[in-house]
Amino acid sequence: MSEMILKVEDIHKNYRELEVLKGISFEVKRGETKVVIGPSGTGKSTLLRCINQLTPPDKGRVWLDGVKITDPKVDINKIRSSIGMVFQDFNLFAHLTALNNVRIGLMKVKEMEKREATDLAMEELRRVGLGDKTSSYPAELSGGQQQRVSIARALAMNPKLILFDEPTSALDPELIGEVLEVMINLAKEGMTMLVVSHEMGFARSVANEIIFMEHGVIIEEGAPQQLFTKPKHKRTGEFLHKITELYGESGK
Amino acid sequence: MNFFELAWSILPALLRGTVVTLEITGISISIGFILGILLALGRIYGNKSIYIVATTYVEVIRGTPLLTQLFLLYFGLPSIGIMLSPFLAAIIGMGLNSGAYQAEYFRGAIQAVKSGQMMAARSVGMNKFKAVRYIILPQMLRLVIPSWSNELIYLVKYSSLAYMIQAPELMAQGKVIAAKNFRTFEVFIVVAFIYLVIVLILSKILDILEKRIRIPGLQTQAV
Amino acid sequence: MAIDKLILIWQSFPSLLRGTLVTIELTAGFLGLGLIVGIPLAFGGVYGNKFIAVTIISPFVKVFRAIPALVLLFLFFFGSASFGIEMSAFTAAILAIGFRSAAYQSQIFRGAIQSIGVGQMMAARSIGMSKLKAIQHIILPQALRLSIPPWTNEYAGILKDSSLAYAVGVTELMRQGRYIVARTFGNALLVYLVCAVIYFVLVYTGNKLLGLLEEKYKIPGYEVKKGARKVLERI
Repeated sequence: MSEMILKVEDIHKNYRELEVLKGISFEVKRGETKVVIGPSGTGKSTLLRCINQLTPPDKGRVWLDGVKITDPKVDINKIRSSIGMVFQDFNLFAHLTALNNVRIGLMKVKEMEKREATDLAMEELRRVGLGDKTSSYPAELSGGQQQRVSIARALAMNPKLILFDEPTSALDPELIGEVLEVMINLAKEGMTMLVVSHEMGFARSVANEIIFMEHGVIIEEGAPQQLFTKPKHKRTGEFLHKITELYGESGK
Repeated sequence: MNFFELAWSILPALLRGTVVTLEITGISISIGFILGILLALGRIYGNKSIYIVATTYVEVIRGTPLLTQLFLLYFGLPSIGIMLSPFLAAIIGMGLNSGAYQAEYFRGAIQAVKSGQMMAARSVGMNKFKAVRYIILPQMLRLVIPSWSNELIYLVKYSSLAYMIQAPELMAQGKVIAAKNFRTFEVFIVVAFIYLVIVLILSKILDILEKRIRIPGLQTQAV
Repeated sequence: MAIDKLILIWQSFPSLLRGTLVTIELTAGFLGLGLIVGIPLAFGGVYGNKFIAVTIISPFVKVFRAIPALVLLFLFFFGSASFGIEMSAFTAAILAIGFRSAAYQSQIFRGAIQSIGVGQMMAARSIGMSKLKAIQHIILPQALRLSIPPWTNEYAGILKDSSLAYAVGVTELMRQGRYIVARTFGNALLVYLVCAVIYFVLVYTGNKLLGLLEEKYKIPGYEVKKGARKVLERI
């Protein structure tokens, strides 16, 4: 069992003329929770999508648990079923109930038997606190509930790593807590997580390491304590100061 | 003679028919326009009886085929002593038909004009009539352009039905020629081509028109 | 005199019924062919090879939408004879109007697919579904539901267009009407009015049934994103 779940090396991505990612490299160890912070529009979401190849990077390599997933010969669908992704806009399948949303990956991608898939799906929904909402449709659920279902959907696939793309940014303030709670529990249970977020409280208390990104490069990387109290770069300090002012330390 | 020689030789006759096609289309869309606006205004601003009459008319016309309507006018009316020429029956039939459809497009466009506009117009002292004429209609006419363009193209294509009531338009000319030289398929390839050209040119013109009339910020979609 | 008229209607009933049946068969054939060809065209246009979309799908749709239905009917009917293919008027009609409906239906489905947010496809791929599986399980079910209102419009249009098959000799409702008028030297106005009523009933019933279908498959809570109900254009 290797220590390194995710290794990202020299990722570059251009959109037309604009270079969004200018050579990103970092690693995520098994069981680690890494939070990526930085000003909006600096390529954080693009980075996540480059990792599971939803957006293929222009340059660079990614390894998942030792397998080089940027290799063209690799079956990317198989890889994606081992990486979970939670989107800012939830992206629950609109025509399926909560149960079916969680179940469909199991039945149609992992080709599980219906009974087994149902049991597993129910378990994951209970785990995120929505055991009683299995027959609800996404449009009938609140934002926080939808996001939790989407986490259950990712969890059901038994991923090696979950990517969170600003999971609480589209939520009403009072619903952020329920989602963060689920994420905190996941971190405690040892899930490997890479989270892009503005939630400084979460970053400060749960992250093993924080990555500060700006303009497509990593400015600084380190333990939360260190970044918050003794940042190596001026920019890091400025940003953290501003954002803690703005958002407070919610989500504890 | 080969296909191209044939096409060239029949072109004059076909173009005569095309002129009639365009005449029928032009007159019908105009009749439909006036009728459509009246019906739309009737359904939105009219009292209960006007609403019922207008709605019934629209539903019945939209629920029955254009061909049936043309047959009723051309073959049916003689039963009660009214004889219409093919051309007249065609423009009346298509005009009445188009009126019902245009009524719906206008109605949709009027409803898309923000309700605040009417309120603002009344608040400066305009009566309903003035408000509609100076504020609602101008905006509505811009919003309805895509649907209306669609209707015009539709009429060009369906003017071909006038052939069935013996109007001397493009289809009819084609059939006459084919009856003489028995090369029906090739003749109608040329006919199809002419329709294609008309539709393409018309679409382009309407596109340019739409861009010219666009008011910044006012969407040109009816919803 | 009124009794004569009523007797006339009564005696014509069987013929009109036969005609109505043919009309329904034609409509089903048009819509069916249109569906079978239209759905692949739509998905091919959105998710498929760009080259095929531009060189095959786009021209097909443009041509079949620009040429009048009547002309298409003639082309298929007389064309088959020119190329030595034996084809009944009924078959020629089904092919001509069926393919035409495919062109229109492909646009309906394309619109529906495009109004489904791109996030749905992303989410499906993120759990490891192939493009094909994602289309099959996530996009298609939603696209079909969203297509029902405009498709209802297509149904009405096609039903009315079935009357055009008259021109190539298919014995549908209008032609039966014509025969009745000819046979009985009867009142054309009356006969065609009855035909009109029958069409109206067919259109109305169909619309109601499709409305029920829409209700049945509605996704609870899901609002049609494009704002208020669009006034549907005729095609």
